[in-house]
Amino acid sequence: MSASSDNSKSLFGYVAEFPTASDLYHAAEKVHEAGFRRWDVHTPYPVHGMDHAMGLGKSWLSAGVLVGGTTGFLFALFLQFFTQVSLYPTVVQGKPTNLFTMPAFFPVTFELTILFSGFTILFGLLAVIMLPRWNHPLFTSKLFEKATDDGFLMVIEARDPKFKKEKTHDFLQEIGAGKIEEVAN
Amino acid sequence: MAGTSTADTKVHPSEAEGVAREPLVLNDRPMSWITDRICGIVENRQPFIWWVLFVPAAMLFGLLMGTLVYLVSTGVGVWGNNQPVAWGWAIVNFVFWIGIGHAGTLISAILFLTRQKWRTSVNRAAEAMTLIAVMCAGIYPGFHVGRFWMVWFLAPVPNANAIWQNFKSPLLWDVFAVSTYFLISVIFWYIGLIPDLATLRDRATKKIPKFLYGFFALGWRSGNRQWRHYEMAYLLLAALSTPLVLSVHSVVSFDFATSVVPGWHTTIFPPYFVAGAIFGGFAMVLTLMLPVRKLYGLEDLFTHKHIDNMSKIILLTGTIVGYAYIMELFISFYGANKFETDAFHLRILSGPYTWAYYCMFFCNVIAPQIFWFQWARHNLWVVFIVANFVNFGMWFERFVIIPTTLARDFLPGQWGYYSPSLTEKLMFAGTFGMFFMLFLLFIRFLPVIAMSEVKGVLPQSDPHFPDWKKLREKRRQADS
Repeated sequence: MSASSDNSKSLFGYVAEFPTASDLYHAAEKVHEAGFRRWDVHTPYPVHGMDHAMGLGKSWLSAGVLVGGTTGFLFALFLQFFTQVSLYPTVVQGKPTNLFTMPAFFPVTFELTILFSGFTILFGLLAVIMLPRWNHPLFTSKLFEKATDDGFLMVIEARDPKFKKEKTHDFLQEIGAGKIEEVAN
Repeated sequence: MAGTSTADTKVHPSEAEGVAREPLVLNDRPMSWITDRICGIVENRQPFIWWVLFVPAAMLFGLLMGTLVYLVSTGVGVWGNNQPVAWGWAIVNFVFWIGIGHAGTLISAILFLTRQKWRTSVNRAAEAMTLIAVMCAGIYPGFHVGRFWMVWFLAPVPNANAIWQNFKSPLLWDVFAVSTYFLISVIFWYIGLIPDLATLRDRATKKIPKFLYGFFALGWRSGNRQWRHYEMAYLLLAALSTPLVLSVHSVVSFDFATSVVPGWHTTIFPPYFVAGAIFGGFAMVLTLMLPVRKLYGLEDLFTHKHIDNMSKIILLTGTIVGYAYIMELFISFYGANKFETDAFHLRILSGPYTWAYYCMFFCNVIAPQIFWFQWARHNLWVVFIVANFVNFGMWFERFVIIPTTLARDFLPGQWGYYSPSLTEKLMFAGTFGMFFMLFLLFIRFLPVIAMSEVKGVLPQSDPHFPDWKKLREKRRQADS
């Protein structure tokens, strides 16, 4: 620990560029094997199978959305039954308002289930990827701009317990990195 | 599945013998070319023709605003709707516009779930078209309530008279369906835009664009730890939008189908409306994208393959619509309900609007049949003209369903003939102005093709087949 913390005070980490998606994929496998924790790959599109290479599991966003959708479903039923059956029964064309008029309540129930799920997806996504965050040390890097164009980049952060200034640099070169840039904090 | 195969010697699926497919992006374009070409549209000056289109569209939009001011200040009576045709062009146009939107969601959601990779070049523009079309649609029922400032009565909150909505009314279902559709489409579109906004942010040199794109990109860093949740969010939204898009036009059709009006009271309406919506929407996507493709040099991204596929979908859905037309006639005959039989007799033989019926039938059922031929699908003029026939025909479909049915009520004493008032005509022209104006602004300020998605379907983006180029060369030599 002490070895890493003393020489990386103002260093955020390394940005390393790899020539192709395939190189980055194999490099990610090696970084994962080496036991790094605070690192990521930055690519212009989601690379197929990269979660596997990085040792990441399935996103659990879907579980949150299940909760959101269920809330919407129950809220819609409550809204309709409470207002139509007990609070303000609207009898139009002699159609009764009771528990058995269920089919008439399906469309709104369905729509609200989708609506609540959709908002859960949006806000759930922003929460798990921790956005919005308009400022980040990586945005100072010139090389990093390629991540949204055509670059296959890997970032290893200095706060990773395994990070050592020279050793990590050599390690990145060893696994096939081309350009390597230091990013300040 | 993910990442299990890394054998570098295997043949890329798209290059395998016998199943080789046309590449999705022509001329082996690199990723930076895609970024430059798409961002260039936003960053460079617009071509002169953009202004030629924008100025009249903006003027028509001004006309729409003027008409709406006149409508609100005078009263909704200026529409000229009266008994028996209480729903005139207003509802025709509402259904027309909302139907247009459906193709966008179909492309972005259903084609995503069915792994149709060609959708990546079209989905962004189609989704933008969806949003704009739903906005145009929303104007009609919004102002049809009469006192526009009372439109909040539609929301499920106790209003001034402590009256709650009638949740058994299909019109209220429509409120929920259309507003949900709009909001979910916005979310889907925006989440799809985030990576591309980040690209524009990273390229922007001027202060204001950099700030604005940066603001809306939310600080996206395109790391895989973000992508993996992003992909899940996208998948979930696609999975939710698929039943949603089918429900929206079904609910719109319930406005008619749950009534007891002969000609409307049929169970075929929901599937028939949905097929028609997708049909009409694809025609509008082609109408918009063929000129955009030419104007901005996107031939390598939006290729003949895309046009071919979309023409086939138009052929398929057009034929489904034709089936529905004929089945409606058959059921009215077979059901032997006097009123139904009469309604359809009036519609196709003796009524005052038979011309509209045949116009619709020709445009929607006969015209797309030319797409059985490959030369027609590959001739851009033929595609463009047929797409416009379909636009025209789908408007007529709604016209045939609404005024022609209402103009011939149960009692002959109530019969009338409906023709639109000037206000209705101006408003319809105005919504076209709004539609094209907003679409042109979309082209001007936002990436018209989803760059991050197109990059993901390039052969070089697959990490499991690094030798794709060599393999392709080998296959080409073997072929020749």
